Amino acid sequence: MLRPRPARGFLPVPGTPRPSPVPEVLRRAPEVRSKRFRFPWVTMATSFEWPWQYRFPPFFTLQPNVDTRQKQLAAWCSLVLSFCRLHRQSSMTVMEAQESPLFNNNKLQRKLPMESIQIVLEELRKKGNLEWLDKNKSSFLIMWRRPEEWGKLIYQWVSKSGQNNSVFTFYELTNGDDTEDEEFHGLDEATLLRALQALQLEHKAEIITVSDGRGVKFF
Amino acid sequence: MQGGERPRVSEQRIWKDPLPPSLFPPHSPQLQAAAPPPPGGSRGAAGPPGGATPSQCGRRPVWRLRGRGERDWAEPGPGPELRRRRRRRRRRVMDRFVWTNGLLEINETLVIQQRGVRIYDGEEKIKFDAGVLLLSTHRLIWRDQKNHDCCIAIPLSQIVFIEEQAAGIGKSAKIVIHLHPASSNKDPGPFQSSKSSYIKLSFKEHGQIEFYRRLSEEMTHRRWENMPVSQLMQRKSGQEPGRIRAVGIVGIERKLEEKRKETDKNISEAFEDLSKLMVKTIRFKSYLLSMGIANPVTRETHGSGTHYHMQLAKQLAGILQVPLEERGGIMSLTEVYCLVNRARGMELLSPEDLVNACKMLEALKLPLRLRIFDSGVMVIELQSHNEEEMLASALETVSEKGSLTSEEFAKLVGMSVLLAKERLLLAEKMGHLCRDDSVEGLRFYPNLFMTQS
Repeated sequence: MLRPRPARGFLPVPGTPRPSPVPEVLRRAPEVRSKRFRFPWVTMATSFEWPWQYRFPPFFTLQPNVDTRQKQLAAWCSLVLSFCRLHRQSSMTVMEAQESPLFNNNKLQRKLPMESIQIVLEELRKKGNLEWLDKNKSSFLIMWRRPEEWGKLIYQWVSKSGQNNSVFTFYELTNGDDTEDEEFHGLDEATLLRALQALQLEHKAEIITVSDGRGVKFF
Repeated sequence: MQGGERPRVSEQRIWKDPLPPSLFPPHSPQLQAAAPPPPGGSRGAAGPPGGATPSQCGRRPVWRLRGRGERDWAEPGPGPELRRRRRRRRRRVMDRFVWTNGLLEINETLVIQQRGVRIYDGEEKIKFDAGVLLLSTHRLIWRDQKNHDCCIAIPLSQIVFIEEQAAGIGKSAKIVIHLHPASSNKDPGPFQSSKSSYIKLSFKEHGQIEFYRRLSEEMTHRRWENMPVSQLMQRKSGQEPGRIRAVGIVGIERKLEEKRKETDKNISEAFEDLSKLMVKTIRFKSYLLSMGIANPVTRETHGSGTHYHMQLAKQLAGILQVPLEERGGIMSLTEVYCLVNRARGMELLSPEDLVNACKMLEALKLPLRLRIFDSGVMVIELQSHNEEEMLASALETVSEKGSLTSEEFAKLVGMSVLLAKERLLLAEKMGHLCRDDSVEGLRFYPNLFMTQS
């Protein structure tokens, strides 16, 4: 049963379509509140802290030495995840990725070749941070935290606030006032879905359909 | 033709045989008077007046029409006395044959044999009726089928010219063999003298085509000249050294061959003196030593195979010691190849032999060894040389400069680019360096992935 919620201005009217993939105005990132860019990194590139490898030219060549390669790929994975986290990029196409400053260092005049990008993405997928959204492997979902980790966090909060055996909508979890201080506040729906699916597997939650979307019941 | 109109059978037969004009001496009146018909010529060509036909000997006109038993009844021929004397005087072909036991000599090989062959002396049938004809590389042997002891042979060197005669009605195919006159010193044969200078072999049981082919092959190759069988045969083939009859193309070829052999002999004789001189003069030897190698290991001195490669390896170890030390203990195999061949001068080494010899260096516990890198590059290095030690210094050099390409590194260290690249690649393999591959080229950096967290 849905708990009665106070009416708030910013809550969307039930029945309106969900917003486009353009990232929403977020309270946590006031500087972009008014700006809606398709590629937010244009403004945020300067604030992002690039790791030392980004300025090391061999970083952009796949190393033949096995041990060196392992270190290199690990560095790439962490870079991709931190980049996507900061820029709130949950999904991307491979073409976008190729053009982004993530794999292109203009100052150094180096770019990671396509085959190596594929290898990095494959590595992320194996780790559980990436999921291909289509069969052609042209676009992917990137989760800087693995779905299981998200699920754990959500369940922790639910248990902590004593709201077990209650039902929430997806929107409530990500954009509700109660979750404002939580890490998973502002999480994109796809990641949330996967996180809840992971919880479902652990029998800690169950995804249900409610009148204005989807909801979840925690046990 | 005097007298009657009766056509002479043998006369017609004569005109069927194409006779090369070169058989006749150039100024024989017979030739001028009556040129024989061209080979395969028309039957309709008129014969010479009087029906005279010169004999193959070309000495004087002989009435070949006169076979034994064939008489021109119109003409008063010479009496029996004269005939007998004439017969003895005339050189004939069957006297070239010698009795033989039919066994082949050591260098002689059998080419082909054919049964059912009959020999004709000129146009005449003789007692050699049915026999097996054997062609060897040196001789033509005929053995009687009924009486195996009766075996005659003629050396192939006696043959001037051969031709085929197709089979006709009631006649089997024949091969006509024109022969040289017999020498005086030959072994006894079945006939003391012979009427004509050609014989015919009649193939009653066929096989003439193949036999003719093989015989002409043997005549072309003249293998009996290269493989002297016995003194007997040699004597026969060596007879009349000055009298090599230039008979058509065969003669020209023979002359050329003679000339070539002469030249060859002269050259080898000349060089024999030179080599003797070279060996004896100490000055020459020391000059060779200063240039490089005095007595190179060659296939002549040491044969081929493992022993050769072993000796070669030992010699290489001797030559390469100093150059290797000059070049820092390591040299690529191509450099070695150039150096060694330059030192050897005349007796050059093939790349294959060099590689095989180098592979044995380690096994023979010589102070050098062959090393093959992952990329396939082969180098010779001193046993005392340790590439791994060099890597530490390479890393230092690269770290100093931040990053280096193989060319820059080669220049700095003073080694060839190939070896410099190999060293950098080895350092990368060991994890000391990492690579930066871009449009600018291949650069090597110190491996900060490992050293920096």
